[in-house]
Amino acid sequence: MSLFWLVVIVLAIAFVGYVAGRARALASAGGDMRDLHSLPSYYGANVAMKAAVPAFLILVLWLLVQPFVIHSNISGMIPEGSVGEGSSLGLVMAEVRRAAEGLDNAVATGQMTDDFARNARADFNDITTRLKEAGQIVTSQITQPIMRAAQSYRIMVSTGNLYMTIVVLLAAIAGGLWGIRETNAEFRARNTVERGIRVILFSAALIAVLTTLGIVLSLVFNTVEFFRLYPAMDFFFGLTWSPSFSGRGGSSELGILPLLWGTFYISFVALAVAVPIGLFAAVYLSEYAGPKVRAVAKPLLEILAGIPTIVYGLFALLTVGPLLLSAFGDNGLGIMKAGTAVMTAGLVMGVMLIPFVSSLSDDIINAVPQAMRDGSYGLGATKSETVKLVILPAALPGIVGAILLAASRAIGETMIVVLGAGAAARLSLNPFEAMTTVTAKIVSQLTGDADFASPVALVAFALGMTLFVVTLGLNIVALYIVRKYREQYD
Amino acid sequence: MTDTTLSPEIRPAPAAEPVKSKSLYALDDLTRKRNASEKRFKFYGIGAVLIGLFFLVVLATTIISEGIPAFTRTIVEVEFTLTQEQYDAAEKELFKTKAYEQFFIGALQGQLEESGMSVPFDAAAIERIVGKTGGTIREFFKANPGALGSPAAFELAASSRVDGYTNGRVTRETLTDSRFLEKSDLDIVDSLVEAGIIKTVFNWNFITGADSGVDNPGGAGIGASVVGSFFMMLVVLFLSLPIGVAASIYLEEFAPQNRFTDLIEVNISNLAAVPSIVFGILGLAVFIQFMHLPQSAPLVGGLVLTLMTLPTIIISTRASLKAVPPSIRDAALGVGASKMQSIFHHVLPLAMPGILTGTIIGLAQALGETAPLLLIGMVGFVARGYPDGFITGFTEPNSAMPAQIYTWAARADYAFYEKAWGGIIVLLVFLLTMNILAVILRRRFERRW
Repeated sequence: MSLFWLVVIVLAIAFVGYVAGRARALASAGGDMRDLHSLPSYYGANVAMKAAVPAFLILVLWLLVQPFVIHSNISGMIPEGSVGEGSSLGLVMAEVRRAAEGLDNAVATGQMTDDFARNARADFNDITTRLKEAGQIVTSQITQPIMRAAQSYRIMVSTGNLYMTIVVLLAAIAGGLWGIRETNAEFRARNTVERGIRVILFSAALIAVLTTLGIVLSLVFNTVEFFRLYPAMDFFFGLTWSPSFSGRGGSSELGILPLLWGTFYISFVALAVAVPIGLFAAVYLSEYAGPKVRAVAKPLLEILAGIPTIVYGLFALLTVGPLLLSAFGDNGLGIMKAGTAVMTAGLVMGVMLIPFVSSLSDDIINAVPQAMRDGSYGLGATKSETVKLVILPAALPGIVGAILLAASRAIGETMIVVLGAGAAARLSLNPFEAMTTVTAKIVSQLTGDADFASPVALVAFALGMTLFVVTLGLNIVALYIVRKYREQYD
Repeated sequence: MTDTTLSPEIRPAPAAEPVKSKSLYALDDLTRKRNASEKRFKFYGIGAVLIGLFFLVVLATTIISEGIPAFTRTIVEVEFTLTQEQYDAAEKELFKTKAYEQFFIGALQGQLEESGMSVPFDAAAIERIVGKTGGTIREFFKANPGALGSPAAFELAASSRVDGYTNGRVTRETLTDSRFLEKSDLDIVDSLVEAGIIKTVFNWNFITGADSGVDNPGGAGIGASVVGSFFMMLVVLFLSLPIGVAASIYLEEFAPQNRFTDLIEVNISNLAAVPSIVFGILGLAVFIQFMHLPQSAPLVGGLVLTLMTLPTIIISTRASLKAVPPSIRDAALGVGASKMQSIFHHVLPLAMPGILTGTIIGLAQALGETAPLLLIGMVGFVARGYPDGFITGFTEPNSAMPAQIYTWAARADYAFYEKAWGGIIVLLVFLLTMNILAVILRRRFERRW
């Protein structure tokens, strides 16, 4: 909340600066706007910019750096011995943070005095029970080192926040004053402001790069952490996937191959559904259908792409699964045991991908020059022969690109497989058996109760890394093919 | 037509080789084959389009037929009068709620007889149909002693199996006798329905309520998670629109042609194709692990979805900026505007309808996204109630519509599946509204140059 007010105060300073800067500029020109270099509002904006931008930059940097400083200070306070067997410094630090938060909340709700929270000793005062009584979540008995660390954590956070408030406000005021000082009729306010805006625009564009960087860093760091706890060879070449949440992951076997097999099998089924249907639909809509049919059928097909994947997931779980089970289950062919299976997820995912394949291929088929069609017709070819022998070969690179993009979609799809494919990791050829995928396991490993520091949770980051690399590779290849192809006719 | 005008003399001797059909009206085998394959090919195309449309129809009918029951609920409406003496007598009993239940059953029997029907039933059957009634009635009269002596109407929710029976989810064939409901109870239900005591009413609680525990499917509502989604969309709108527009303006109007600009562009097109679950991992690692933002908070969900929607918004914004003709910029520059002024005063307003259309479509995508929300903890029993205020709406744990639907789908009780389908109807209504809004915006305001 104090952060909110800090932001509000900085904005207020900026606003006051705007008004003051504008008034000063007008005054310096003797009230005649024509003697100013820029419009008066630019002088105001200059002051406001100088007040707000550095202050907010400091604020953001401070918020990012402070946790690190505190973390390194506090972790120095925790004696070696208090990190128990099967625990880690990270877990103890989490406990410290929880205890500090608990103290904060208890003080805020008035169940503890601030004085007590600062000075209580875990071995004399019954802190754990008192915190629990105050409705705070404390996972284990708080020991004295943790208590001491939590107390200094609280103090450091509050002093840190105090300093931050002071520094940010000083920066805002100083910036504002600097802006006001340089304001006079000669000052090129418009140029300065526009340079500032340009920097802001540039940093907005930079966010895309930062996002990628964030993805890569968060994946890499946690993956490295995982490989420190679990051998990389076993992960990439292991044939069994059986995480054990109990023994802190000690007895888990985390081989990715069954998951990759499930992923590719389901994607293959999906593409086997989507590619023929999508391709034929695209050919029909672009070569045969009249404008009226096209105007109705194309948007209708594209609705399929706009439906959220959770809907498809539910459709797979509750409609397609039971339907397939009644045909292939014990009452039918007897090769299907449960509604969730490769076939269920694959079929539904195929339906989802139909518009994806069809509209991409449609664009590519339309990009084939009309002259090639006319030439083919002139030689006496029928429409279908033209499509098969002229248009599709000409559009082939683009269509391959579209299929690769669809494949990358299928591999990265989550909700359909979480609900429709089952949870058992298997290496099997039977498409009516339940299998699981990389994405489904990322969800199950990270939504459980496992601790972030244990291999069974960290493996999700390694899986995410694999997924990211595979889909990125597919996308790059697909875009490369599409782009290369486009140049041929332009 | 030259063939037919040729005289027979200059033709090669007909007897020399086997004669094929001379007439153009009679098709030879090859042509027939080619025509047939042409026809086949066309039918494959029609078939493919029809299969696609068929799936759409199946999906739509499934959603509607499975989801509509979630919007109704079955109630048992009983009206009776409890006198002061009866109340006192009941309060003296050892099993107080039991005594109240007797009153309830008596009243029920009375109403049944009034409409000329009689079915034998016992207290256990009634308990299976409407649950424990005694407690509710006792609480009511304890809270309103003034209601004693005058007729009071009770609307009690029927148990989830009875609810299923009245809306067709449970039938006599599929019902197995259990402590929840027995086959003989259905006779009682049938006559109660006929007497107008069991009714189906619109389930407002589904639209306004919060999620319920696993044992109470009837009380589950989607309202709280709609609010969660709303707060998330606020975050997405207020972050992704300005950032996306600023980034597009930079890339479209200012960026120099160099490798760094290329890097940004490649980044954006790749981000658009990164699987959504990877954004969830990013959110978990950066916003929760690293920045310690609260778990399950709409704020975090909104931040993750912002990063996901940005590429969509940037791509569509750039397209609409590109569509504004350069003559507008030149005219502005010609009367002395700076480049910045020409863009912010002239180009941007003209591109605004296109930008807003793209933003709405991006928001609609974000609204239906589930996978990243699962990773940041918006799943499970989190949408327990409405947030207290506007600020806490961003930080308190809440769910979002798609995550709530997933939560219901993951529960074992079949009655929750109905809620999940109902939730999908609500979600799709929102998406449809947004898309229609986008289409209207495009139709009304987009200019073709």
